[in-house]
Amino acid sequence: MASLDRVKVLVLGDSGVGKSSLVHLLCQNQVLGNPSWTVGCSVDVRVHDYKEGTPEEKTYYIELWDVGGSVGSASSVKSTRAVFYNSVNGIILVHDLTNKKSSQNLYRWSLEALNRDLVPTGVLVTNGDYDREQFADNQIPLLVIGTKLDQIHETKRHEVLTRTAFLAEDFNAEEINLVIEKRYFLRDGNQIPGFPDRKRFGGGTLKSLHYD
Amino acid sequence: MSFLIDSSIMITSQILFFGFGWLFFMRQLFKDYEVRQYVVQVIFSVTFAFSCTMFELIIFEILGVLNSSSRYFHWKMNLCVILLILVFMVPFYIGYFIVSNIRLLHKQRLLFSCLLWLTFMYFFWKLGDPFPILSPKHGILSIEQLISRVGVIGVTLMALLSGFGAVNCPYTYMSYFLRNVTDTDILALERRLLQTMDMIISKKKRMAMTRRTMFQKGEVHNKPSGFWGMIKSVTTSAPGSENLTLIQQEVDALEELSRQLFLETTDLYATKERIEYSKTFKGKYFNFLGYFFSIYCVWKIFMATINIVFDRVGKTDPVTRGIEITVNYLGIQFDVKFWSQHISFILVGIIIVTSIRGLLITLTKGMYFVSSVLLIRMSMPLEYRTIITEVLGELQFNFYHRWFDVIFLVSALSSILFLYLAHKQAPEKHMAP
Repeated sequence: MASLDRVKVLVLGDSGVGKSSLVHLLCQNQVLGNPSWTVGCSVDVRVHDYKEGTPEEKTYYIELWDVGGSVGSASSVKSTRAVFYNSVNGIILVHDLTNKKSSQNLYRWSLEALNRDLVPTGVLVTNGDYDREQFADNQIPLLVIGTKLDQIHETKRHEVLTRTAFLAEDFNAEEINLVIEKRYFLRDGNQIPGFPDRKRFGGGTLKSLHYD
Repeated sequence: MSFLIDSSIMITSQILFFGFGWLFFMRQLFKDYEVRQYVVQVIFSVTFAFSCTMFELIIFEILGVLNSSSRYFHWKMNLCVILLILVFMVPFYIGYFIVSNIRLLHKQRLLFSCLLWLTFMYFFWKLGDPFPILSPKHGILSIEQLISRVGVIGVTLMALLSGFGAVNCPYTYMSYFLRNVTDTDILALERRLLQTMDMIISKKKRMAMTRRTMFQKGEVHNKPSGFWGMIKSVTTSAPGSENLTLIQQEVDALEELSRQLFLETTDLYATKERIEYSKTFKGKYFNFLGYFFSIYCVWKIFMATINIVFDRVGKTDPVTRGIEITVNYLGIQFDVKFWSQHISFILVGIIIVTSIRGLLITLTKGMYFVSSVLLIRMSMPLEYRTIITEVLGELQFNFYHRWFDVIFLVSALSSILFLYLAHKQAPEKHMAP
């Protein structure tokens, strides 16, 4: 079992955006019934067939590391969190479509995760400032996921979606907007739109998804 | 004419406070979240504005600004409005929001929140019975009744908080209590954390693979749903699923362990930072202050005990006594009365302002303000007590002082016990070789 290659993917985002629900949905193909706060980090594993159906098919274990907390946490919490950012193969940034601040905080989240991995070149990043240059030479694929699409009223959806499209461009990331239905009916995992995209991203070692 | 001028001054200051409260709410309290219900923000700012105007009125009273009759009028009006908000609006909205979060009662939100509010009022009224606050002169629904009840709750809360603060403050500031944390300790703990995570991952991999092979073989593994499902699963459970539940239990235990380790590591990092901070100048300064403050807190606890044991009510405040003693010792010609008023007043103001900051983060602001007015009365020299007494009626102030002392003592002692236990428990965990 352990002989399969491992792929480590971080799931980052503000409190309450739906990271744990997302991870649970991806790994257990079930909707999480009673979400509660994540303390520390919770991991889940998904077995994935990369390039299914082709002769190059390979099975991978994708580890989804769901890190809890907020960007404004005390520096002691941040230092502890940094332990989880070692040797990451990919990052999923989750934000809540009904909450603008969670989208803005994604910049800070990505900085926190990426700075850990960057070889220190002596260039110090100023606190919280966003600079597209920093993401230019980033080798780690990023995926931006927006949740709770169903809670936005029909008329506002277009405006929200354009905003998130800009966000994804800034990161040079791929974007998926999701509904994670919790209340009314169970969703089978395959019906989530963008799942085929997920499969495309999930495999592969350091395959860059940049639009250069 | 002067009444109009005074009123306009009051109203502009109220609007200023309102704006300030609004900004504070947005910047400090809700920095990382988005506020969706603006009602909350409005109520918060309104309460804040009125509470501040009450203090403003007290200041005006002492300094003798504005016409006395207009002051009196504004004072009464302010008090009425605050009580109205406090007893009617805030509990109602709290109940409303609680009820709207419960899915079952979503339809009849209004009805249930009214019910909740009525229960609250009932208990609120019942609160008054065991305490000696019913005076035969005033009626049932007078201001005095409401104030006395609010006052009891507020004084209790304030005493609890000051008791805890009196103990916690020196504990935090003084470096004597800081445990020694080295980098190797932190690294060791981090390694343990990562090892635990790896164990969790390997177990989950086994589970995922087992599930996959079971699925491919055609055994559909469903969680037992419903009564009959559970009974069925007891008798006909595939060996694969039994294995899974076993592993699941192990995983749960490991996850709990990982959470513990995470929290401990965070603790160690925080302690390390505090140690570094205490080596800087600012840190040393605060450490010094901490010693002074701890002496003050110990003294307060001592005084509270004496007050209770010897059945004495505090008549003069500590600052005046202190200044009297110093002046007599140094033999300087000092107009004690004049300065002590102002100094004690400023001290009270500082205490309240610093506690405001801490308390603006909690919900009991309104009660806090009313009860602190009651307690300010104790710190103010006799001349100024008249107007407050006039407005607030003949509340039994002595009772409040006694009650405050008791609760303060209880809270301080229990927080000492609590902190001692917490302190003792921690070093044993990670100082092991």
